[in-house]
Amino acid sequence: MRYLPHTDEDIRSMLEVVGVKCLDDLFPTVPESCQFIRENHIPGPFSEWELNDHMEVLAKKQSRSGNSRFIGAGSYEHYVPASVSSLLGRSEFVTPYTPYQPEISQGTLQAIYEYQTLVGRLLGMEVVNASLYDGASALAEALLMAVRITRKKRVAVSSAIHPHYRRVAETYLRPSGIEMVDLPYLENGRTDFTRCDPVEDLAAVAVQSPNFFGCIEDLKMICEYCDSNDLLSIVSFAEPLAYGLLKNPGSQGAHIVCGEGRSFGLPLWFGGPGLGMFACRKKYMRSMPGRLVGKAVDKDCKDGFVLTLATREQHIRREKATSNICTNSSHCALAAAVYMATVGGTGMRELATLNRDKSEYLKKELTKAGFKIPFDAPTFNEFVVKSPPGFEQTHRRLMEKGIVAGLPLASYYPELAGYYLLCVTETAGRNEMDELIREIRS
Amino acid sequence: MKEIDELNLPEEAYYTQNHEWARLDGEEITIGITDYAQDQLGDIVFVEMPQIGDSFSKGDEFGTVESVKAVAELYLPVGGEIVSVNNSLEESPELVNTSPHEDGWIARMKPADPGEVDALMAKNAYMDMLKGV
Repeated sequence: MRYLPHTDEDIRSMLEVVGVKCLDDLFPTVPESCQFIRENHIPGPFSEWELNDHMEVLAKKQSRSGNSRFIGAGSYEHYVPASVSSLLGRSEFVTPYTPYQPEISQGTLQAIYEYQTLVGRLLGMEVVNASLYDGASALAEALLMAVRITRKKRVAVSSAIHPHYRRVAETYLRPSGIEMVDLPYLENGRTDFTRCDPVEDLAAVAVQSPNFFGCIEDLKMICEYCDSNDLLSIVSFAEPLAYGLLKNPGSQGAHIVCGEGRSFGLPLWFGGPGLGMFACRKKYMRSMPGRLVGKAVDKDCKDGFVLTLATREQHIRREKATSNICTNSSHCALAAAVYMATVGGTGMRELATLNRDKSEYLKKELTKAGFKIPFDAPTFNEFVVKSPPGFEQTHRRLMEKGIVAGLPLASYYPELAGYYLLCVTETAGRNEMDELIREIRS
Repeated sequence: MKEIDELNLPEEAYYTQNHEWARLDGEEITIGITDYAQDQLGDIVFVEMPQIGDSFSKGDEFGTVESVKAVAELYLPVGGEIVSVNNSLEESPELVNTSPHEDGWIARMKPADPGEVDALMAKNAYMDMLKGV
């Protein structure tokens, strides 16, 4: 069915009510410099073959060829097992929108339930929702949730949380009159969480681990600090694979955990799609945003799955809902569930170890080549280096060759000019790392 | 669902149009939802209560009652400060169904103006309202 709700006649009568002649008259407040008044230069129709050629040319213009991308910063390159795309493509799962009706949606509901269960185990949390949009909006929702629970209007957010996440959170929070306090980072690359005085009117402390510098935060100390000051602890993450190796946030005492799940089975298609993972302790579940799938029994006492606690959601509670978003990234969550089930607990640990070991190798080789490690906190698959003089040119030269030698940090942290964030995942081979070092030395 | 004549509504309580009741207990006022309200809502699974020390004006929303089929906001019959809440509802929200006017009370408060109680309905007036008289 086509969704074209307004006929020309409809539009004409609506314009008449408003008292303007044409649709353009509705936009005079948009400055002329921001209007697109030119003709659209859209080329004529292509045949399928021509279009494919055209797209290939465009793709080549944008992509850096080769596999030597030593960059993460929130988007981590991981191998996606064939089982993921194979199961994702099953027609039962390719379904529009939300499974309101359990009697016709058991497969989808069970898949979401299994996703929630697997994420719950990974993060060590009691309740996981059916997913949100991405790591950034998940952080914003976590902060809003903390404000809801505590009824306080200030939140302390680590400056070592992904800069994009912080910007999204600010966009959510500022219009609601919620104040975001920046927590500085220490010389070792970790968050100085003790700098959030006064704690009296503070709702929560939010940190990311591993943080944007790749440094692993001392979650236990942060959560204990929060508990003793009557604050909620929020742990964000951009690389969930780290918890294959590290102690998970739940075991360290986190109240709310939120992050990006793209590392699990989702490709890096030009920055998307993302998967917002969101979890909390059971006592806060009624303040949680998003959908939840629960397990129930039918009248014959057989297991079944249903949407549950829906009274938090906007289709029932309208303006009093916990969030104005009840859409979840179901298909991406399914990919993550298949990925986690395919890799398994042991596999997750091995894969995480591989990431850590490979990145430690590059870290060591870079130090030999004259780079300094400015932050001495332990890292997972990503770390910051301080480059020797003149590296800027080398970085540019390597880029031309299709080798991305890390992300320059100065645009996000002006005080870190000459600092680069590098990442190594399981997809990087030793020869690629050695080649990078050779190129840097030459 | 109960017929109106089957409702168990105490004589000494005062009633609101939103189906809360208020009862004078010495200096304090005890508040809950009426037998009619719990019957309409069905099985109650959660009661969100205010915090002790919170102050409200008459008619302010001070909590919610969630049943298997709906969520209802709770509105204060009179203004004042919350002095205690019924903590047993955290574990046993069904008390609101089984004993809406006794064990299922929701909060106690110190009224700012005890005279506000006089503006509420007595049992008969509330029954008339329910009957649509």
